Amino acid sequence: MTTEEIKQSVSALFPDVTYDEAGEFLNVLTDSKGLKPLMQALRRNSEFDFDYLFCLTCIDWKTHLTMVYHMLSKSNNHTVVVKAKIADVNTPEIETVCDIWETANFHEREVFDLFGVKFINHPDLRRIFLDEDWEGFPLRKNYVDENMIEI
Amino acid sequence: MKLILDISFSSFATGIHQWLVGAVHSEGLVKVIEMVIAGLALLVFLVPLCFILGYMERKVAAFIQVRLGPNRVGPKGTLQIVADTIKLLFKEGLTPNASDKFLFNLAPMIVVVTSMLVMAPIAFAKNFQIWDISIGVLYVSSISSIAVIGILMAGWSSNNKYSLLGAMRSGAQIVSYELSVGLSLISIVILAGSLRMSDIVMSQENGWWIFKGHIPVLISFVIFLIASTAEINRAPFDLAEAEQELTAGFHTEYSGMKFAMFLLAEYINLFVVSAIAATLFLGGWMPFHIGHWHTFNFVMDYIPSSVWFLGKTFAIIFIIMQFRWTFPRLRVDQLLTLEWKYLLPVSMVNVILVTVMAIMGWHF
Amino acid sequence: MSLLGEDIVTEDGEFVINIGPQHPSTHGVLHLKVWLDGETIKRIQPHLGYIHRSIEKMSESLSYRNFIYATSRMDYLSAHINNQACALCVEKGLQVEVPERAKAIRILMAELTRLSSHQLWWGCTGLDLGAVTPFFYAFRERESIMAIMEETCGARLTQNYCVPGGVMYDIHPNFRNRVKDTLKQIRSKFNEYEEILTGNVIFEQRTKGVGYISAEDAISFGCTGPTARGSGVSCDVRKLFPYDGYEKLQFKEILEQGGDCYARYMVRMAEMKQSVFIIEQLIDNIPEGEFQAKTKMVLKLPKGEFYQRVETARGELGVYIVSDGAASPYRIKYRSPNFSNLSALERMATGTKIGDLVAIMSTIDLVIPDVDR
Repeated sequence: MTTEEIKQSVSALFPDVTYDEAGEFLNVLTDSKGLKPLMQALRRNSEFDFDYLFCLTCIDWKTHLTMVYHMLSKSNNHTVVVKAKIADVNTPEIETVCDIWETANFHEREVFDLFGVKFINHPDLRRIFLDEDWEGFPLRKNYVDENMIEI
Repeated sequence: MKLILDISFSSFATGIHQWLVGAVHSEGLVKVIEMVIAGLALLVFLVPLCFILGYMERKVAAFIQVRLGPNRVGPKGTLQIVADTIKLLFKEGLTPNASDKFLFNLAPMIVVVTSMLVMAPIAFAKNFQIWDISIGVLYVSSISSIAVIGILMAGWSSNNKYSLLGAMRSGAQIVSYELSVGLSLISIVILAGSLRMSDIVMSQENGWWIFKGHIPVLISFVIFLIASTAEINRAPFDLAEAEQELTAGFHTEYSGMKFAMFLLAEYINLFVVSAIAATLFLGGWMPFHIGHWHTFNFVMDYIPSSVWFLGKTFAIIFIIMQFRWTFPRLRVDQLLTLEWKYLLPVSMVNVILVTVMAIMGWHF
Repeated sequence: MSLLGEDIVTEDGEFVINIGPQHPSTHGVLHLKVWLDGETIKRIQPHLGYIHRSIEKMSESLSYRNFIYATSRMDYLSAHINNQACALCVEKGLQVEVPERAKAIRILMAELTRLSSHQLWWGCTGLDLGAVTPFFYAFRERESIMAIMEETCGARLTQNYCVPGGVMYDIHPNFRNRVKDTLKQIRSKFNEYEEILTGNVIFEQRTKGVGYISAEDAISFGCTGPTARGSGVSCDVRKLFPYDGYEKLQFKEILEQGGDCYARYMVRMAEMKQSVFIIEQLIDNIPEGEFQAKTKMVLKLPKGEFYQRVETARGELGVYIVSDGAASPYRIKYRSPNFSNLSALERMATGTKIGDLVAIMSTIDLVIPDVDR
């Protein structure tokens, strides 16, 4: 499918989403509430069939967090980026997608570990890299490490 | 020419015996003194043996692995193994706190002692044997099975999960492979008609069993090699100490001299297994004879019997070492499959073939 | 006796062992908690982070020229390819045209890296399965590749040879001849590799049907590289999303349908030959010209997002840069192949034996710093 076709099909299902085509890929912008149904549709509808989630990460924009999902369809060979805005910076929460793509399990744990985003219904949400008793979320822009020495 | 034969081991032993009888005048005391001498001689023999085997293993490995091997300590690296021994001697022998200390310290002793005991009935040269027991083959297979107790003890008492797994593997492995070893030994016992080592060697005066016994003996020789490699826990059957899976298996917690004991036992076992294979299948100290080539046979007779024996033994050791450095390791279920589904049925059928052959007199 | 205490067997009768963080077969500080039933694995839980250095956080305070060097330490066996990915991503943002010569050199180096990485993997696979000898065979050839790297890049393992706009220096005058000699040597040794390991009955038994993963699962777990191609998933970035002029080269994407350790093994073995083939096409045709495009001293990417993927020796490495227009990245994310491949380990290894776990780990070819980053 071309970018325009994807846009049309997505808009038909989810009229609320907006688009951003400045970058390399088509960006579908949504919020934390609307993410899960959108992702389910993108995976399960055969016209999309985005079966390969190749990158899952988060960006801290200080005022809000943005979850970024890069997806590719092996059968249709098209790519889309879904961005979900999480407005609540202090207790960020979003639905998990690891029941749709298995790879999301580890990647969401990574995001939880480094950004503190809580994934609702995640089967095993623990810190993945850092110690269980680590305080703070290092990749957040407001993270302060007392032991850090400025050079 | 007469001189070489005169200073053979047998005349040496007889000389000592006669001298002792003359000096002590008590048959019982002579026996005791002779036993002590034999024990000491065995120990004196074992130390250089292990050095040679250790050096040989490194050089064989290096040869196969396109590298040089030890070449710094001593001429051509021959003293490397001495340096290693000194290192092991000076290392601290740790005993883990949570281990069963008595069993932990006993286990390496049991493993070493059993492997040394098996040396007793082996004929090193013509008429030169520590103990020519009438049930030689049976003795060998029964004593060598005690070693598994030592290994289980080591694994259990270490209180380490890897050790326990290694010991359990070793138990399953040695108990299974003993059957095949036993059956392949029995095929020679049937042919020779005796369990006594010296009788078995003498029965090969007109040709080694591996030549006389047609294909069935060849099969039991191959089975013996495979099964005994498994029984002494050497690669590709070294599951008990599989480094990549269980770090070091049953001897994970051992260090220093106690670890060296396991190493020592491994090399002694390697020698013993090869010596038994050489005795039973390749004629022990019997020289190589070809039918009616009298001149050739005459020349062969002039090579000392001990050289024949050691030559054959080291040839088999070399083969077993080659196994180690060329094959990947089997998985535990494959190991047991190999024994119970292939080696054991084959050796059972083979024993029947050998029996028929022996009764009908089809061998040479 | 203490053995019956809870330290050996848990309350519900489970035997749990910790493989790693120090263990001969984990090739690094990977920690696997394994629930066993006899020898059979009931469950695996990977514990990561023993070598986590937060390269992503470090990169946020480094300039666009400097952050590249941190990535050499991620997947240190394909260090050059990591550098290449970062350089490509920065170039994408700057819209710099890289000279043809630099592109050719980059591909040559990347394929040499892939060769040496696969050779190390081959040796380690043998080692993990209990055959020590392949390790030495593999290192014999790898050494000559390392020598080439040292001569041209100045370093053997962490080359740091790629810079935004090209490569750091021109190739060494000896480069062509040495590469040709090495290729000749490697070509003549492939048979030896096949003889000592591939054709071995024990090796086939240890790998065939072990660690199966279906194509659907492989995609769902985000497996890439030989791990996914062993299940028949076409995922070679060099073919699907060519970069640096791979589109002009003749080579095959190796696919196997088995999905087991043996299939993954065969993929890598065939890939080595493909790498040799690629280098042979390029070595006599390195274009003349500049080896580096002119770039500004201080690089500033325009505001926006840039994603670049490359094929490392282990799979797809994605570099995702979010720029706010400053001299260092606002956010950078490395989508590392090993991290996703490792997540499939539980699916592959559940129900197998401990010995199989070792075989599976070695055919996934894990590099732990790339998992932990």
